[in-house]
Amino acid sequence: MAQQSLKRIAKELADCKASPPTGMSIDVASEADMRRWHVVLEGPANSAYAGGKFGIVVVLPAEYPFKPPTVTFATRIYHPNVTNDSSGNICLSLLKPENWKPATRLLAVLEAVRSLLVEPMPDDPLESRIADEYRSDRNEYNKNANQYVQRYAMRSVSFDAAANEGGKKGSGGH
Amino acid sequence: MIRKFFQFNWKRKAAEATISSSTILPNKRILASAGPESSVVAAAAPPTPVTTASNGMDSEDDFMSAVSSEDDILPDDDSDNDDMSDAEDFDFDDEPDPDLGMHKDISDSKKAPFDISFKVYQPSDIQRQQDELINEVNMILDISKEEAAILLRHFRWNKERLIEDYMDSPSRVLEAAGLSQTTAGPLKREVIPGFVCDICCNEEEGLQSFSIKCGHRYCVNCYSYYLSQKIAEEGEAARIQCPADGCSLIIDARSLEILVAPELKKRYHALLNQTYVEDKETLKWCPAPDCQNAIECPVKKKDLDKVVPTVACLCSHRFCFGCREDDHQPAPCELVKRWLKKCKDDSETANWISANTKECPKCNSTIEKNGGCNHMTCRKCKHEFCWMCMGLWSEHGTSWYNCNRFEEKSGLEARDAQAKSRVSLERYLHYYNRYANHSQSARLDKDIYHKTEKKMVQLQKESGMSWIEVQYLNSASQALQTCRQTLMWTYAFAFYLSRNNLTEIFEENQKDLEMAVEGLSEMFEKPVTELADAKLKVVIMDKTSYCNKRRIILLNDTADNLANG
Ligand SMILES: [Zn+2]
Ligand SMILES: [Zn+2]
Ligand SMILES: [Zn+2]
Ligand SMILES: [Zn+2]
Ligand SMILES: [Zn+2]
Ligand SMILES: [Zn+2]
Repeated sequence: MAQQSLKRIAKELADCKASPPTGMSIDVASEADMRRWHVVLEGPANSAYAGGKFGIVVVLPAEYPFKPPTVTFATRIYHPNVTNDSSGNICLSLLKPENWKPATRLLAVLEAVRSLLVEPMPDDPLESRIADEYRSDRNEYNKNANQYVQRYAMRSVSFDAAANEGGKKGSGGH
Repeated sequence: MIRKFFQFNWKRKAAEATISSSTILPNKRILASAGPESSVVAAAAPPTPVTTASNGMDSEDDFMSAVSSEDDILPDDDSDNDDMSDAEDFDFDDEPDPDLGMHKDISDSKKAPFDISFKVYQPSDIQRQQDELINEVNMILDISKEEAAILLRHFRWNKERLIEDYMDSPSRVLEAAGLSQTTAGPLKREVIPGFVCDICCNEEEGLQSFSIKCGHRYCVNCYSYYLSQKIAEEGEAARIQCPADGCSLIIDARSLEILVAPELKKRYHALLNQTYVEDKETLKWCPAPDCQNAIECPVKKKDLDKVVPTVACLCSHRFCFGCREDDHQPAPCELVKRWLKKCKDDSETANWISANTKECPKCNSTIEKNGGCNHMTCRKCKHEFCWMCMGLWSEHGTSWYNCNRFEEKSGLEARDAQAKSRVSLERYLHYYNRYANHSQSARLDKDIYHKTEKKMVQLQKESGMSWIEVQYLNSASQALQTCRQTLMWTYAFAFYLSRNNLTEIFEENQKDLEMAVEGLSEMFEKPVTELADAKLKVVIMDKTSYCNKRRIILLNDTADNLANG
């Protein structure tokens, strides 16, 4: 299966490069490792994240596409569905093993991440405090999200934090 | 005012914050269907009745390991607080609170006995039931059997509701269940020119492909890999969807037949059977290890505060249909849950109490309890005493009262908080001690029976007695174990019971059963040569039936008194 899955990954990567999705630039982390993608996502204009550049790391397991990819934010972000720490885990229902479909494309996954920035899902939160704030005090939420953008998402994107995921915090996490 | 029903005091140690609730256990059919019948089942299964009996007891060993830990920590003053937080935990359980609606229900439930008849189904029965329902729906609704199966699963096997809803709007039902309305020819592997698999991106010529009715077509390799991963790794069977993004069509059994290896088909069908049993509230798996039977019983979850639905599997394992724990009559499930949790939390306290050795009150030599009987005789000084109260055995003919009942000290209301905590701890230990003692004795009784049985086999050979002629020992052992189990739970029951005019009847019954059990247990201490004696055989048979009778009386009275007051 691993060999077959490389063919699929190569095709997806070529498609993404040929016509990149709105506001995203996509590449592999290194030519040697097709299973690790680095994505730079521009904060959507109609969202609290406008103006920011967010690093997203996509890791494709050996059983991909039969097992879902893992997607994490390498850039700190203030969002109900992303852990507010250097690991940047995302809660997306289509990435849960029981919901994942092998025919789902990474393009669709990335689109889903992007729309999560436009429209957070406070009912399925990873950060319940931020979710509460999003529901009850939208201005405060917008202010905090923008503060995070100013502090973390205004410089050139670094993927170090995600590379150090689970270990000691890297420079990108600061 | 005379209280008319049993009341349970869940917050045992918080005297001011006591919540009381009544519990109704009105049905005698519990006893009729689970008690005698099951012993008939077990007794009617020669030539290895001991093996079947040990099934149930094995799980009791596991169960007991939860209440006694190896830790040797002495109790401290915190135990009082621990207990209160216990009680609070229970109040926040997602289970319906047993206190709610109890009082207003009493008049109704008195009139409405619970049907706790039960049936045991073997794997072939479970398969047949599904097939029959599928065939019926297949004929009535004119849809394929595979689709009928998917619809039935979607409706949790409620055939009537399925047919009604389907007649109303077939399209809505089909869509909700993950079925397509389009009629397609028979599904098969196909080679389609120019086909590219969207999963693996393979486009080689002659590539076999497959799709279900939605038309989302993938190569056979990907399709079958997808299915095997769902079945083998995720344990999914009833609701595997088409691999396409956003397509919720369910893959039916026939498509699966076309795509996966034979060993996975077996697993697939086993999983389907599992969902069948799990989907039906009236069906539960027998919890005995290696047993594949399911039990059907109509008792609903909401009734578990009023009835203890003990069932007996063909494998001879007796368990509660409500919570799948070992038989715990007369205690209701909720009480059992609380008690087991309490014992687990207090296990370090209970540990030193349930120790297996005691000192002879006369000569202080260490005595190990080696049988279920409470009548101890010191090997060294021949002093006879009671294991429970350490009192003289000679005084026990009439003073059993002191041995099964804990006198509630009037000092309970003492201002001193520490004294209060000590009293409540003592009270708990009193009941726990007896509970644990019966649990331990049940195992020792079984061990003794195993040994006796071996000797009986020998005796059979030497004296020419037939297998049938020694069966009375098997029945005696079964009765002993069943009665001990009941007796064990009466102490958990009594722990939560608020004292009123009915508790005395309960304690009388408990005392009578206790005596009957001790009397029978003593018989197993006899040397084998005496056991073969015809007179003793009659005595043992009498004691056996007396034990069974006392147990039935206790359970009946408990149920009646609770129900009618
Ligand atoms: Zn394929
Ligand atoms: Zn489909
Ligand atoms: Zn069984
Ligand atoms: Zn139960
Ligand atoms: Zn002695
Ligand atoms: Zn005694």
